[in-house]
Amino acid sequence: MNSTYELPLDEAGYAFGFMDEYAKKEVRRAILKAICIPGYQTPYASREMPMGRGFGTGGLQLTLSLVGSNDTLKVIDQGSDDSVNAVNLRQFVQMTCPGVDVTEKTEEATLIQSRHRIPEKPLTEAQILVLQVPYPDALVVVEASEARRKTMHGEADYSRLLVKLYEDIVKFDEITISHRYPTRIHGHYIIDPSPIPRWDVPKLHQSKALILLGAGREKKIYAVPPYTHAEPLAFEDVVFSVEDFRDASGNRRICSRCGASDSFLDEFSDEAGEKIYQCSDSAYCDEQLALLPSPASGRGAEVAA
Amino acid sequence: MSRKILEVNNLTKIHGRGCPLCLESTGPEADTNICPHCGSVVAAHGVSFDLYQGEILGIIGESGSGKSTVVKTLYFDDAPSAGEAVFFDEDAQYDLYSLNAAQQRSLRNKRFGMVYQNPHLGLNFNVSAGGNIAERLLMSDVAHYGAIRERARSLLVRTEVLENRMDENPKKFSGGMQQRVQIAKALATRPPLLYLDEVTTGLDLSVQAAILDLILEIQHELGTAMIVVTHDLGVVRLLAGRTLVMKYGRVIETGLTDQILEDPQHAYTQRLVASAL
Repeated sequence: MNSTYELPLDEAGYAFGFMDEYAKKEVRRAILKAICIPGYQTPYASREMPMGRGFGTGGLQLTLSLVGSNDTLKVIDQGSDDSVNAVNLRQFVQMTCPGVDVTEKTEEATLIQSRHRIPEKPLTEAQILVLQVPYPDALVVVEASEARRKTMHGEADYSRLLVKLYEDIVKFDEITISHRYPTRIHGHYIIDPSPIPRWDVPKLHQSKALILLGAGREKKIYAVPPYTHAEPLAFEDVVFSVEDFRDASGNRRICSRCGASDSFLDEFSDEAGEKIYQCSDSAYCDEQLALLPSPASGRGAEVAA
Repeated sequence: MSRKILEVNNLTKIHGRGCPLCLESTGPEADTNICPHCGSVVAAHGVSFDLYQGEILGIIGESGSGKSTVVKTLYFDDAPSAGEAVFFDEDAQYDLYSLNAAQQRSLRNKRFGMVYQNPHLGLNFNVSAGGNIAERLLMSDVAHYGAIRERARSLLVRTEVLENRMDENPKKFSGGMQQRVQIAKALATRPPLLYLDEVTTGLDLSVQAAILDLILEIQHELGTAMIVVTHDLGVVRLLAGRTLVMKYGRVIETGLTDQILEDPQHAYTQRLVASAL
């Protein structure tokens, strides 16, 4: 960076993207290292952000150091574009990055920051997915010391995680990990893929889009580069499976709003106290709803009735 | 003559910074293992022996004589200050202390077994008895749940732990049963070399006898070479063909167990045998 060149600042004295250029450069370096060593937790100097750690500051720093004025950004929180975390982060980027477009449509976005979900619509090579991570180390459940965890990662010593799976099967006849499913990247490092449901784990495998994971509080960045193997941890004879959303009679539940039968469903209670199911990915649900012949007498209305 | 499994040369372990006078100022003649000049503890020095396939070697001595230090360094729990040890596997030989950490871990998981006096060191008390055995199998790259379960079950049956308690936490077991689970865990990968560090100490006599029987049966069945560390002369008499006697970190006498117990040469061994009988 040229030290004699004055970087442009806005009227309040902030650079484009809130963080100063040196900070962004440091994050980008960490990103490059993370991509070079798939699954390795690269340490970085997580900056103070004008929001509490644990509110997505890791993902936000990745987004701010990657976003440019020609980008289109989508922010998701648990699949929805309209929940508090997503709205706040989107408004922050709009305020600090003039010229960046925002969208709710997955296919329009070049950069997607997400909390706890990967969009249903397959991502493309032109997109980058940024995931917010609360606990970056999958080994934290079996080993308290970070120094020892680092050695275990270095030697790919993950037997104690498998013992946990063994104990699960002994006790419950199945693997009970519902989210943060330990996943082996490129045959070596096992990552905590952030609290995405099991449903989303296969989307990491040979993904066309670059997937970056940022933990602000724990000061770690790691990556699943495009077209990289991502294998969820399992036994040869007890294989990994995603949520199947079957009801008591064995039928696949469908979204009560759009009727989709191929999406991850959230469970709600309606006013009468009955359980209803709806797509977790709101953009996908809207798109499916728009495809229905007539909104008033659509499939969704029938399902709801 | 059977195959050599382990060759140990001049194994030395000094706790502390050490000084040039350490070695000459400690040992049985000096009647201490703490160096008067620098305060370092010479836990073991100049320990050399060979071990052959299927043989049981006993190491006896009083508390602090360095007998546990020897097996701990051989099992990579502790790094030695000097000396070398060569392990002869079926088709390869390994200079134990020139291996890197990952290679050491691999040998430790796949080819060596260890049973500690304190089950808390050898077992993971947060998982079930079966899970403990599974851990060792998973470390040696067995990744088939059914196979792991079958192997764990047969090992626990072999070591006389009730099969229907396999999924219980070893916290709930008696001391004797915890030792059996430890032995089952150590045997999980069919190691050619097993270290037993005071396995029967603190158990009542009938349980001691049952565990010693079990160890002998395993040795006959599998031909496992073992190093048995104990301060109990009865244990070496029953198990060990050859015995080393240690005091203040030095080997003071070595020979056939019968010879050592019936006709001890060193004054300390004479006292040890006399006090026990």
